[in-house]
Amino acid sequence: MGLLSPAIDLEAPKKEALRNRFGDTLAELGATETDLVVLDADLACSTQTKRFADKFPDRFFNQGISEADMMCTAAGLAAVGKKPYVSTFALFAAGRAWDQVRNTICYSNLNVKIVPTHSGISLGEDGASHQSIEDLALMRTIPNMTVIVPADAVETDRIIRWSLQVPGPMYIRLVRTNHAVIHPDDFELEPYKNQVLRQGSDLTICATGEMTYHALLAAKHLSERDGIEAEVINCTFIKPFDTDTLIKSAQKTGRVLTVESHQFIGGLGGAVCEELCAHHPVPVKRLGTQDRFGQSGKPDDLFKEYGLDPDSIYAEAKAFVASGR
Amino acid sequence: MTESAPPADLIKNAKALPADTTTVDVDALSELSRKLRIDILDMIFTAQSGHPGTSLSCIDLLVCLFGELMQHDAKRPDWADRDRFVLSKGHGAPALYAILMHHGYIGWEEKPTLRQVNSNLQGHPASKYVDGVDISTGSLGQGLSAAVGMALGLRLNNSPAHVYCLIGDGESQEGQIWEAALSAPAHKLTNLTALCDRNSLQIDGNTEAIKPLGDIGAKFEAFGWNVLRIDGHDFRQIIAAGHRAKAWSQETDKPTMIVCQCTKGKGVSFMENEAGWHGKAPNAEQYEAALADLQPDVYYQRLKEAN
Repeated sequence: MGLLSPAIDLEAPKKEALRNRFGDTLAELGATETDLVVLDADLACSTQTKRFADKFPDRFFNQGISEADMMCTAAGLAAVGKKPYVSTFALFAAGRAWDQVRNTICYSNLNVKIVPTHSGISLGEDGASHQSIEDLALMRTIPNMTVIVPADAVETDRIIRWSLQVPGPMYIRLVRTNHAVIHPDDFELEPYKNQVLRQGSDLTICATGEMTYHALLAAKHLSERDGIEAEVINCTFIKPFDTDTLIKSAQKTGRVLTVESHQFIGGLGGAVCEELCAHHPVPVKRLGTQDRFGQSGKPDDLFKEYGLDPDSIYAEAKAFVASGR
Repeated sequence: MTESAPPADLIKNAKALPADTTTVDVDALSELSRKLRIDILDMIFTAQSGHPGTSLSCIDLLVCLFGELMQHDAKRPDWADRDRFVLSKGHGAPALYAILMHHGYIGWEEKPTLRQVNSNLQGHPASKYVDGVDISTGSLGQGLSAAVGMALGLRLNNSPAHVYCLIGDGESQEGQIWEAALSAPAHKLTNLTALCDRNSLQIDGNTEAIKPLGDIGAKFEAFGWNVLRIDGHDFRQIIAAGHRAKAWSQETDKPTMIVCQCTKGKGVSFMENEAGWHGKAPNAEQYEAALADLQPDVYYQRLKEAN
């Protein structure tokens, strides 16, 4: 797999909410996978686990507003052979229930899939109290945990199907928004591989989640307007990180820009720096919330405010290349 | 209200307890408990680290659970329909290891390795290392939720297995205990029995002086549980309550909590009711004095006097 399909129109992409596809895929898988159980903490209508709950009420557990309890309950279900998928907002999954995820799920290496649907600043109007900008860092440091960020609805579907077959704890980070679809319908997931969606030689842009679409659009404009060719890697697998793809690209381009709807500390930017430092040091620039909390606003306005919209990424990339570093 | 009432008064639901525990060999159970108390002290003394007070407090409960109440088989640790036990108060690990050694889950040769590098006997129970530990515990407040999850899963599997979970009274200062306490009746769990080791002491002192827990049983009743109150060192009461809990849950569609009045450090005179022995290993002199207390003549004489 690789390279963006020519059928994808970056200027006017089809849009679909990742969480809707998440709910639909779970509901479909529930028919054949009888050990699949789903837990939510009073957000089933937001996370769309309701789509599973409506079809399989006996295998859906609404734990109420008790995220810590929910995580350990899921661990108990996994300990007797069930395959629990747990959803809530990312802040409550990774933040509020961190100790439970670490001690009861990951330390016991239990087969619990944590799929928060509202991560990063695109959660929007509810503001900083609900916007998780630390969850990748929090989850990435726990032994046994796998951390995955799908870029769109199609990739979400493939990740959920694949994850059901792979034992062990995973954190699969989704977003709230109705988001651009950048993968074709026949997309096949290559597990643990971060896809190069666009080839280039002037810089590497490592983007994750909804930022991958923004990076692709920025790269298109860099090429069209400035003749700058950016290589874009869709960093789906944050942990274990796909070091090979990163290093090959960095060897070619000599500089790496990271983009995430997350703190610029400890998440994708952190992972990229760790790998580059160890294997192939090159200049890096990290885009994310620059040690600031989020705030209320419409997602697109927030992306602009925090420098994570396609135009801001374009400008940063152009300046980075022009700096000659 | 503290729960320091005399045992007879504790059995508030005495009518709920079946009288007939005449087939129980109390002397054998008592003797096993005495020996396992020595094993607990051996482990903690060798490691020079661990929690004697809490382990001695709950060992009589574990003897009854693993010996009389639970369906399990050390030769088949993966038996799908085995009863499950979650030690939510994970610092009682030495007591759990002692009973698991007695039943053959852990080899006796591992006894001196408690808390040593690369030992299976971690400071707090870890499922990765020990058969018979189904989920790792240690960070307080989490085990009861896990037990709820196990009970939900076993019910979905149409398994006859029953889940037992032992929580501490101090542990019940963790909010998550009360999240799980709400959750279990909400799911109408009848295959879950919780026990609370009510010894009224925590690391820094008396639970009632630090964050009063009052009548824990009344709190669980208010949260929708059946509640039994027993003397946690009386084998007949423990076993009768265990049997009654299962039946009562079936009759009522509710989980059952057994509040067990226990003595922290039970069996070692100078450790009894002393918060200072929560997480401290005895030195050589103290270890010898403890062993002397656990010799049959002294031990049984003291038990007799206590009753």
